[in-house]
Amino acid sequence: MSIFEYNGSALVAMVGKNCFAIASDRRLGVQLQTIATDFQRIFKIHDKLFLGLSGLGSDAQTLHQRLVFRHKLYQLREERDMKPETFASLVSAMLYEKRFGPYFCQPVIAGLGEDDKPFICTMDSIGAKELAKDFVVAGTASESLYGACESMFKPDMVPFIFHSF
Amino acid sequence: MLLGAQFTEYVQKNVSLYHYRNGIPLTTKAAANFMRGELATALRKNPYMVNIVLAGYDKETGPSLYFIDYIATMHKVDKAAFGYGSYFALSMMDRHYHPDMTVDEAIKLADQCIEEIRSRLVVAPQNFIIKIVDQDGAREHSWRRTTKD
Repeated sequence: MSIFEYNGSALVAMVGKNCFAIASDRRLGVQLQTIATDFQRIFKIHDKLFLGLSGLGSDAQTLHQRLVFRHKLYQLREERDMKPETFASLVSAMLYEKRFGPYFCQPVIAGLGEDDKPFICTMDSIGAKELAKDFVVAGTASESLYGACESMFKPDMVPFIFHSF
Repeated sequence: MLLGAQFTEYVQKNVSLYHYRNGIPLTTKAAANFMRGELATALRKNPYMVNIVLAGYDKETGPSLYFIDYIATMHKVDKAAFGYGSYFALSMMDRHYHPDMTVDEAIKLADQCIEEIRSRLVVAPQNFIIKIVDQDGAREHSWRRTTKD
């Protein structure tokens, strides 16, 4: 089994009308065994920027801690929050630094940029950015998610009250 | 590759050192994060082949349990198990565990898990020990022996 499939994950982000949505599953597995059903994959970097990390749970936790650290330093120096585009470039650079010993993660970045314009992107484990205007997917369920998004997505959707099942 | 004994002694010494330096003990969450950090740093150089279930009691937050596997995946959980016996123990706990169990109920559940492991696991260990961690500290509660030595 691939190292990317060791813990299992499903991540998706979508752009709507002056908004974005980011969602993930909450299963933590060790191959086929389920360890927990409340594992967190999406993290808030600041009020208008969220990061989802799919792939190996350990590397997701390490990367998250490193990125929060870098963002806090940025906030101290620049006295403002990072723009999503800048953050995406930071993540990309940090992943490529480990080109020959990579983090086994596929990040999904979603945020509101200048004038609250929604921004989403994903990248592979060595930092190749993939910007999209509509939706991005990541994780072991990416193919299923692609199918669901391609058929269900329409532009300029608005938020509604989400009922969890 | 490094083994569990080396890692646990290393952690014990560092936890004590923190206590001496700072006058207060590490919280369970902090200790778990420290362990995860050490495992993660060592992972790509000289990994520790150790899976950890960390149980602790803090005055402010009460009891907590952390699952840390050998590739440094950490998660706070209500129930955890490692090894081949985990398939039986986790299934038993999924069925019978509920929050706010009493000590007696918990011991009964532990015995049910041990019973399953004894009957189902071909390479089951002979003897088991039950330990409890609460506001009075960590202590051995009892043994479940099949051999006398």
